[in-house]
Amino acid sequence: MALKGNLRDFSTTQLLNLINLARKTGALTIEAQGTSAKLFFKEGKLIHASLGDQDGHLANMLLKAGKLSAEQTRAIQAHSEVDSDKELGLLLINAGYVTQNDIVQSVKAYILDVVYTLFTWVEGLFYFEPNILPSEDKITVPINLENVIMEGSRRLKEWERLQDELPDLNRALRFTDRPDTKLRDINLSVEEWRVISFINPRNTIKQIAQSNNMDDFQIRKIVYGMLQAGLVELVTPEGGEAKPGMPPGRPRTAAPPPAVKRGVILRLIDRIKKI
Amino acid sequence: MQTVKMVVTGPFSAGKTEFIRTISEIDVVSTERKITDETKSIKEETTVAMDFGRITVDEDLVLYLFGTPGQKRFDFMWEILSEGMLGFIVLVDSVRPETFREARRILDVFSSYGAATPYIVAANKQDLPDAWPPEDLRIALKIDRNVKVLPCVATDKESVKNVLLELLYSILEGTEEE
Ligand SMILES: Nc1nc2c(ncn2[C@@H]2O[C@H](COP(=O)(O)OP(=O)(O)OP(=O)(O)O)[C@@H](O)[C@H]2O)c(=O)[nH]1
Ligand SMILES: [Mg+2]
Repeated sequence: MALKGNLRDFSTTQLLNLINLARKTGALTIEAQGTSAKLFFKEGKLIHASLGDQDGHLANMLLKAGKLSAEQTRAIQAHSEVDSDKELGLLLINAGYVTQNDIVQSVKAYILDVVYTLFTWVEGLFYFEPNILPSEDKITVPINLENVIMEGSRRLKEWERLQDELPDLNRALRFTDRPDTKLRDINLSVEEWRVISFINPRNTIKQIAQSNNMDDFQIRKIVYGMLQAGLVELVTPEGGEAKPGMPPGRPRTAAPPPAVKRGVILRLIDRIKKI
Repeated sequence: MQTVKMVVTGPFSAGKTEFIRTISEIDVVSTERKITDETKSIKEETTVAMDFGRITVDEDLVLYLFGTPGQKRFDFMWEILSEGMLGFIVLVDSVRPETFREARRILDVFSSYGAATPYIVAANKQDLPDAWPPEDLRIALKIDRNVKVLPCVATDKESVKNVLLELLYSILEGTEEE
């Protein structure tokens, strides 16, 4: 089963969050702006990426990272007999042009470059094909998606999207399971740590913003990133009562469901089983 | 005679009317109207007030199923229909991600009607090749881990039965031992 849709309805951030949490393996293709990007994942980690005509060839990645000169790159590409990235990597290491670490860092920088570009796309068709991996000759570098999602959210500039995804600042936040292990692997900014220190089901997002002197846009951006990175989840503020400022039209107090005897439910179950 | 009520809700064209039609013992009292606006390309008819279905247990127990209208302009019906419900089912159109945001909004609004009212999410149209799997929908819609997300095909009686039964089991968990 393929996951299909448009970024308009399901953003890059949301897609990465889904792939991360579901620990997916496969290829995500996004077609937009007259070009297409392809990202590969293994067990929820980003391992390779390419963007349209921006050739994903290793020589280009090294050029971009400043590890090879334009001339060296041209010379390599003229020798078309070495068209496997892995082979080329070995050749370059053996010839002393680059180190293994140079290669890993250059590939990683290239992948991140592609994925951060995708965060700026607001529209485009996507589809995810499970269990498709990059071809054997490619050099892959596993990258943790939580960091990518946090960084991508920091770069978000569209107010509307944030408003859509996180409409109600009167809700509270709580940590998801085992936040400690996740927090250890994530690089957070000072502002983000400040928000973290206020996370508690008793504090609404609005109150956290006020305590930190942040405006709506700043707090939304940070909370959105943390939500999508799977660090926190939204909850109704503790105390149960709706706080002032709830959207109009919602009842102020939630009515409990009617008390129904167990026997009644059991009879319903019996009846439906027989249909 | 005792009557109990369950509500079937979800975004436009998620399959609410179909779901109730498949299981109800009476012809569903549906308030379908021909669609005149741009959403016509999706389907011909939409529910404008509610769907109403019935399952009789015996002479003193009847279950009513109410389906909400899917178009936004009928939101005012929601609160009326959910009054006194035992539980609710949120149908999601698994092939149309453009309705996920609305599905999330419906989940929020309905949960606020009765904070403790049991509900389940049914990932409908699982017979179609591009259906998002239930477990992906759970993540996409940020559904609480205590809430069941079930595969569903509203045109298939066994599938609809299964969804209703799972909701009843969830309701059962919340009722006191007698
Ligand atoms: N393949 C498939 N089609 C379905 C399924 N459920 C519903 N449909 C179709 O989806 C369309 C919408 O179904 P409806 O039952 O009218 O949806 P609704 O939620 O009542 O729609 P509104 O009242 O307009 O909000 C119809 O064409 C149904 O035949 C399903 O499980 N599988
Ligand atoms: Mg209908």
